[in-house]
Amino acid sequence: MKGWNWQGFFEYLTNTYLFEGALVTLGLTAFSMTAGLILGFFIAVLRMSRFRILSTIASLYIWLFRGTPLLVQLIIIYTGLPQVGIKLSVIQSTLLGLALCEAAYLSEIVRAGITSVPRGQVNAARAIGMREAQIMRYVIMPQALRLIIPPLGNSVNSVLKTTSIASIISMEELLRRTQVLIQEKFLVLELFVVAAIYYLIMTTAWEFVQRRIEARLGKAYGQSAMTGL
Amino acid sequence: MSDAMPMFELQSVNKWYSPSFQVLKNCCLTVGKGEVVVVCGPSGSGKSTLIKCMNALEAVTDGRILVAGAEVTTPKADLPALRARVGMVFQSFELFSHMTILENLCIGQEKVLGRSREAAIAKANLLLERVGIAGQAGKYPGQLSGGQQQRVAIARALAMDPVAMLFDEPTSALDPEMINEVLDVMVSLAQEGMTMVVVTHEMGFARKVADRIVFMDAGEIVEVAPSETFFAAPQTDRARAFLSKILPH
Repeated sequence: MKGWNWQGFFEYLTNTYLFEGALVTLGLTAFSMTAGLILGFFIAVLRMSRFRILSTIASLYIWLFRGTPLLVQLIIIYTGLPQVGIKLSVIQSTLLGLALCEAAYLSEIVRAGITSVPRGQVNAARAIGMREAQIMRYVIMPQALRLIIPPLGNSVNSVLKTTSIASIISMEELLRRTQVLIQEKFLVLELFVVAAIYYLIMTTAWEFVQRRIEARLGKAYGQSAMTGL
Repeated sequence: MSDAMPMFELQSVNKWYSPSFQVLKNCCLTVGKGEVVVVCGPSGSGKSTLIKCMNALEAVTDGRILVAGAEVTTPKADLPALRARVGMVFQSFELFSHMTILENLCIGQEKVLGRSREAAIAKANLLLERVGIAGQAGKYPGQLSGGQQQRVAIARALAMDPVAMLFDEPTSALDPEMINEVLDVMVSLAQEGMTMVVVTHEMGFARKVADRIVFMDAGEIVEVAPSETFFAAPQTDRARAFLSKILPH
């Protein structure tokens, strides 16, 4: 039995190689949330379309990406697609996989927010002559945001951890870099604990950010809006 | 628009919610410029649907509706542009809950009419004063009473300089002590010559300002009569039955 190596633990806790890996994890998270939200918004709009074919396409998309593991999606994109001539780099595959998968989850959050806005608000906006795109931008989205922000915050927390799956196609984020070091140094427990601590720091920091955003959002609508419209 | 041209013209308007439920049956109505028309009738008679069709917030199944000569029931109609000319006030106010009172009055002026921020604010303040809500411009709708919110909603509609106003049961969601403050604003609008179509159960208001009463029942326009005639001598049994139920004995 080797026992716990404090020196190795502290050395890797302050290791720039792992710190950079954590930055990559943050970058992947920011990208998948942004791209996923934009794509998710359009999928949500499609899903609510009056046209059956469009809403069916959106439903199929959501069904497909929520019904299969991200791990499988990434492997298909990176390892499988070259077989049919589509060759994507590790980073391209990771970004594509994360964005496509997150979009499916986020579109449902966006849709729930949009459908929560009372129908009467849309009628009132129509009655003053606003066009559908203006209604979406000035009336529906600002109100939907109130409902979307809390689950969106939870998604960020979840995506921070989910990005670790990209290590399987050798994306050099935090977990992958941890494994690389383990193969060199054999400090298995110490290094995985360091990785866990990095993840904890990131999710905890986000929790503080999220709380501040929610507090500000609550304030912005006056007292009565706090107790729910 | 000439004075002779009617403000609203409904020609044989039919609307089915489902194949077995017809909510509007062959409704015909002409409302002249400057006229105040009150639409009354029992719940579920199609009053609200009728008035929403007049602003194309609801589609008709067949028939035509013209607003100041422009047809709103054709697929070619530019509905946002047509709706911008007609003000509408709803039973549940429907102020934009995420905007201040001032923003509620400015958004349409700026985004639909393309007015400058300064012009929109000036107009908004003028209207807020007129409906007695000056000094509350920075508040959110949830911080105002129902009566105040409805007066703001009227001001929001007026900010668009409408050629006519539609009111869909504007006082039905209000506590009794707030009804008059809203009706007072509507009375003064009527006296200034605004064309108004008002769905309401407030028969006192109808008596005071309505030129004509439209009585609806089961999706039909049963009776259209000058206000004095309607209250003094309703022509149909259905109108008599309705009046005997809602007028004080």
